[in-house]
Amino acid sequence: MSWQDQMGFPILSVITYLPLAGVLLMLAFGRGRPGVYKLVALVATLAAFVLSVVMLFCFDTEAPGMQFTESFVWIESLNVRYGFGIDGIAALLVFLTTLLGVIVIIASWNYVKDRERGFFISLLLLQVGMTGVFCATDLFLFYIFWEVMLVPMYFIIGIWGGPRKVYAAIKFFLYTLVGSLLMLVAIIAVVLYSRGTAAGLTFDIQALSDIIYPYDLQIWAFLAFFLAFAIKVPMFPLHTWLPDAHVEAPTAGSVILAGVLLKMGGYGMLRFCLPMFPDASLDAVPYVIALSVIAIVYGALVSLRQKDLKKLVAYSSVSHMGFVTAGIFAAIAISDNPQGLEGAILVMFSHGILTGALFLMVGFLYERTHTREIAAMSGLAKPMPVLAAFLMVFTLGSLGLPGLSGFVGEFLSLLGLFHYDYAWGAVAAVGVVLAACYLLWMYQRVLFNDRGDPDIMPRDGLFDVRWREVASLTPLVVMAVWVGVYPDTFLNLLHTPVRELLADVGQTAQERHDSFPGVSELLAFVKGLF
Amino acid sequence: MELIVALIPLLPFAGFVITLLLGKWVLGKRADVIPVLMATASWVLSMYVFVRVVADPEYVFDWNAFTWISSGALETTWGFYIDPLAAIMLLVVGTIGMVVHYYSIGYMKGDEGYYRFFAYLNLFMFAMFILVMANNYLLMFLAWEGVGLCSYLLIGFWFRKKSASQAGKKAFLVNRVGDFGFMLGMLLMFLTFGSLQFTEVFADVGAAGPAALLGICLLLFTGAVGKSAQFPLHVWLPDAMEGPTPVSALIHAATMVNAGVYMVARSYPLYIDSHTAMYVVMGVGTFTAIYAALIALTQNDIKRVIAYSTVSSLGFMFMALGSGAWVAGIFYLLTHGFFKGLLFLGSGAVIHAMSGQQDMRFMGGLRRKLPITYWTMMVGALAMVGIFPFAGFWAKDEIIGFEFTHHLYYIWVVGLITAFITGIYMFRLMFMTFHGQNRSSPGVQEHIHESRPIMTVPLIILAIPAALAGVLAGWPPESGWIHRFLHPVFFDIESEPFGIVAFILLLVSLVIGAAGITVAWYLYLQRPELPGRLAARFPRAYGASLNKFYMDEIYEAAVIRPVIGFAGWLWTFVDTRVIDGAVNGLAWLWGRFGRLLRPLQTGRAQSYALGILVGVVVLIVVFRIVEG
Repeated sequence: MSWQDQMGFPILSVITYLPLAGVLLMLAFGRGRPGVYKLVALVATLAAFVLSVVMLFCFDTEAPGMQFTESFVWIESLNVRYGFGIDGIAALLVFLTTLLGVIVIIASWNYVKDRERGFFISLLLLQVGMTGVFCATDLFLFYIFWEVMLVPMYFIIGIWGGPRKVYAAIKFFLYTLVGSLLMLVAIIAVVLYSRGTAAGLTFDIQALSDIIYPYDLQIWAFLAFFLAFAIKVPMFPLHTWLPDAHVEAPTAGSVILAGVLLKMGGYGMLRFCLPMFPDASLDAVPYVIALSVIAIVYGALVSLRQKDLKKLVAYSSVSHMGFVTAGIFAAIAISDNPQGLEGAILVMFSHGILTGALFLMVGFLYERTHTREIAAMSGLAKPMPVLAAFLMVFTLGSLGLPGLSGFVGEFLSLLGLFHYDYAWGAVAAVGVVLAACYLLWMYQRVLFNDRGDPDIMPRDGLFDVRWREVASLTPLVVMAVWVGVYPDTFLNLLHTPVRELLADVGQTAQERHDSFPGVSELLAFVKGLF
Repeated sequence: MELIVALIPLLPFAGFVITLLLGKWVLGKRADVIPVLMATASWVLSMYVFVRVVADPEYVFDWNAFTWISSGALETTWGFYIDPLAAIMLLVVGTIGMVVHYYSIGYMKGDEGYYRFFAYLNLFMFAMFILVMANNYLLMFLAWEGVGLCSYLLIGFWFRKKSASQAGKKAFLVNRVGDFGFMLGMLLMFLTFGSLQFTEVFADVGAAGPAALLGICLLLFTGAVGKSAQFPLHVWLPDAMEGPTPVSALIHAATMVNAGVYMVARSYPLYIDSHTAMYVVMGVGTFTAIYAALIALTQNDIKRVIAYSTVSSLGFMFMALGSGAWVAGIFYLLTHGFFKGLLFLGSGAVIHAMSGQQDMRFMGGLRRKLPITYWTMMVGALAMVGIFPFAGFWAKDEIIGFEFTHHLYYIWVVGLITAFITGIYMFRLMFMTFHGQNRSSPGVQEHIHESRPIMTVPLIILAIPAALAGVLAGWPPESGWIHRFLHPVFFDIESEPFGIVAFILLLVSLVIGAAGITVAWYLYLQRPELPGRLAARFPRAYGASLNKFYMDEIYEAAVIRPVIGFAGWLWTFVDTRVIDGAVNGLAWLWGRFGRLLRPLQTGRAQSYALGILVGVVVLIVVFRIVEG
C-alpha cells in the first residue's frame, strides 16, 4: 500500500527527515545559542514522535507486505530505487526510535556543557540514520542509512565521552565497520547474482528475498550479513566493544546505543538473513542458539561482578539480547513456533524502553553523586525517594517481573526456545534467575542500607528528581506498564509480518523438522527412565 | 458479578496508586484512610462472593475480561475464576487482610514510611486477590511474582537496616529459584496441552503422557516449594521476620505463603493423575513439617519460633495434599490462616510492649500486664497444637488420622511426632513470654503496657475463628460442611463417615499434643534449669537445631560462593583477558604489521626508482618463464 492510499503525504520520509530539518535550522541560527538548539531539537523530535504515533494509528495490522510505501527511481543504471515502506516490525521499531529520540533530548538538556550545537546535531543525524534503516526497502538505501548511523555515534562517544573516550570510540567504530564492510561485499554478491535471474538487477529487498540462491552463495552471504548484525546485537563473543562504548559514552549516547542501535542487529537478522538465506539460516540454528544461550547466562554472570553501574547495565544488555537471537532462530527451526519470533521482537522493544531508562537513571545518579562506582553509593533511597521508585520500576521490568514489559517478550522467547529444545530453554531460564540476582543486588547496594562514608559521598547535591527528569522517565514507565499489562496493542502489529516471514522460511523448515533433537526424543528419553 | 469480581482487586490497586502518589505530600498522617477503606470494601465484596458460592457450591464463575498475551496458539487473558476453593481463599485473604490493615494503624503509628507501608499493603491485597481468582496459570504467575514483590518491599521496609534489605533480597531470590520451576512448568504445560487456562488444561489431562504430566507437576511444585517455604527453599521465611510484624502476619503466615498450597490444590486434576508427583509432594511436606519443628524448639526470637511453626504447618498441608487428604489440607489452610495470623499479631503486641525486644529470654511474666494479648494468643497456641475444641484440632487431627486410615503409617508416626514437638515449642513460647518472672531491664519493664484497642480488637476478632472455625466447618470429622462445600473442586474424593477408628485416632493425636504441652510446662515452668542442662548434655543436637541445621552456611558454601567466584573468573579472565585480549591483540598485531612495512616508505626518490627497476626486471623474467 502506498502512502497516497493511506495518508495523503509521504509520512515515513517526513518522520525520517524531520530531524534533518532541525539540523539545518540549527545551522541557520549560527553559533553560541544553546537554548535555541535545544528547543529546535526538541520540537523536531517531538514532531517526529507525534507523526509516528499517527502512523501507528493509520497502520493496518491485517494487511500483508509493506505499508506507506514510497518508491522512486534513484540511480537508473543500477536500478537503485529510493524505496521506503514498513511492516509491523519496522513500525514498532520506528515508534521506539522516535520515542527515545525525544527522551534523550529532554535528558541531555543540561548534561552537555560544551559544543551544544554539535551534540544536538549529532543526535538528530543519528535519528535520521536509525529511522532510515528501519524504513528502507531498498538494499542500497539501507546500507547508506546503516553507515550514516555510525558517524554521529562515533562523534558522540569520541567528543562528549568519558576519560577513555578515544579508545572506546575507535573500538566501536572499527568493530562495526568490519561488520558493515563484510556486509557490503555480500550485498554486491547478492545483487550481482540477481542480474542473472528473472528479477533482473535489483536492490529491492523483497525482490532479492524472493530469489532462491545457490547454497554456496547463501552460506557466505549469510555469514557476512550475520557477522555484521551479530556485532551490533552484540552476540557473545563479539560483545566487548559494548561495555567500553557504554562506559565512555554520555548518557544520551548510551540510551540510544542500548535503546535502538542494538536492535539493528536483531532487525537485520530477521529482515535479511532469514528471508534471503533460509537454508543457511536453518543450518546456523544450533550454533546461533548455543551462542545466544551462552550470552544469556554469561552476560548475567559477568553483570553480577561489575563494580561500575554502567558496565553492569551494559553486560545485562548482552544477556537480554541473547533472548532476541535465541527467539528468532528457535522460531524458524521448527514449524508452528511464532512465539519465539514475536517474543524476540518484543524483547527488543522492551529492552529499548527499560535499558534506555536504566541508562538515563545511571546518568541522573552520576549527575548527583559524580560517581558510577556501586561501592561508593548507598542509602540513596533516603534522600531521593522518587528517583528510587522510578529505578525500582525499571529494575523490576528488567528482571522480568510479570506485569511489566520485560516479562512478556522473555516469556514468549523462552517458550519458543523451549519448544525448540527443552535443555536450552531451561538453561536460558537460569538467566532470568540471575537477572534478579544482579539487579536486586545492585539496587540494594545503591539505594538501601545506611549511607556510606561521607568523604566518598558528598552529602549535598543529593536532591530528588527534577521535573525535567520526571518528564523524561514517565513516558517510559507508561510504556513499560502498557506492554506488560496489555501487550496486545504491540503484538497485533507483529502477527502478520511474523506469519509471512515464517512462511518464507517455513518451506525448508518443514523438511528438516525431524533432524532436530526436539520434544519427541526428549520425551521418549524421559519415558525410558520410568 | 463481573463488576464485583473486578472491583475486589481493583479497589486496593487504586488505593495503592493514590497513596503512593499523594501519601508523602498530601495525605501525611491520614495516609491510612484510603487503604483501610479499600481493604474493608474488598472484604465486603469478597464476603459477598463467598456467601454466593456457599449458597450454591456448584456455582462456577469463569470470565475472561480481556486478552493479555496472545501469540500464535498461545492465548492468555486477564480472566477470573470463582469456585469453592477460590471462595475459601477469598475469605481468608479478605478477612485477615482487612484485620491487618486496621492493626497496622496502631502498629506503624509514627513511622516515617507510614504512607509507603499502607500503599504496599494495598498492592499486596491486589496481587493476592488476583492470585486466588486467576483463571489461568500465567495470570496466576503474574500475581505470584507480584505478591513476591510486595513481600520483598515489605520485608525490606526498613531499608536502611542492612539485615532488612538483605532479607528482602533473599526472599525474592529464593522465590525466583522456585519460580524458575513454575515458569518451566508452564512452558511444558503449554507444549503439552496447548493452553494455560485452568478449564482447558484440566479437561484435557488424559491427553498428556505420564512423563509430561509428572514433569509439569514437579516443576509447578518447585514453584510451590519456593513460595510456601518448603525444604530446601525454606531459608527465606525465617529471615523475612525482619519485616514489620503485621506483614509477617498477613504475608508470611496467613496468605502469601499459602499460595503454593493453593496452587497445588488448584492443580488437583493434574496431580491426581500423577502418583509419583503426589508422593514427592507428600515426602517434601512431611520432611519439612518435622524438620522445621525441630528448629523451632531452640529458637529464642519470638517471631522466628512462629515463623518455623509456619514452615512446619505448611509442610503439614503439603503432606495432606500429597497423601490425598485434599479437603483436610485446605481445611488446615483455612484455620491456620486465622490462628497463625493471630499468633503473629499477638507477638507484635508483645514486641510493642517490650519496646522492640524480640528475644524471649528477656521476656516473661507478661500475662498480667497484657491480658488480652495473653488470652487471645493462648487461643491461637491451643489451636496450633490442636487441642479440642479449637480450630487446629479439627483440621490437623483429620490430616494425621487420614494417614493412618490410608495405611501411610510412617507418615502418621512422623505427623504425631511433629504434633508432639509442636506442643513443646508453642508452649515454650507461651511460658517464656507470659509466665514466670520478667527478665528485661527495669527501663523496659516500666513501659510494658497493653496495646491500644486498634491493635487488641483485631486480636479478639481473629481469636473467634481461631476458636470456632474448626468445629463450624469440620464437624463431624471427615464429612463436615467443608467436605461437602469443596466436593465440586476435589470431585474424585469420597468423604468417609465418622467411625470408631477415627475417634480413637482423634484421641491419640489429642493426647500427643497435650503431652507436648505438659513437657513444655515441666521444662519451662517446673524445672527451668533443665533445658540448659539438656542443651549442654547434647551440644551437637542443640547446635544443629539452633543453627537451623546449617542450611544458610551450606548454601553459602555450595552455591553462592562458587557462583560469585565463577562469575568473577568469567569477567576478569575470560572476558577481559581472553576475549577482549584477542580483540586488542588483533589491533596490536595490525600495528606491528604496519610498523614492519614502514621502512619501505622512506621518501627518497632513489630508493623508489630502484624499487621500480627491480620490479620491472622481475616482471619481465616472470613473463618470460610463463610464456616460455
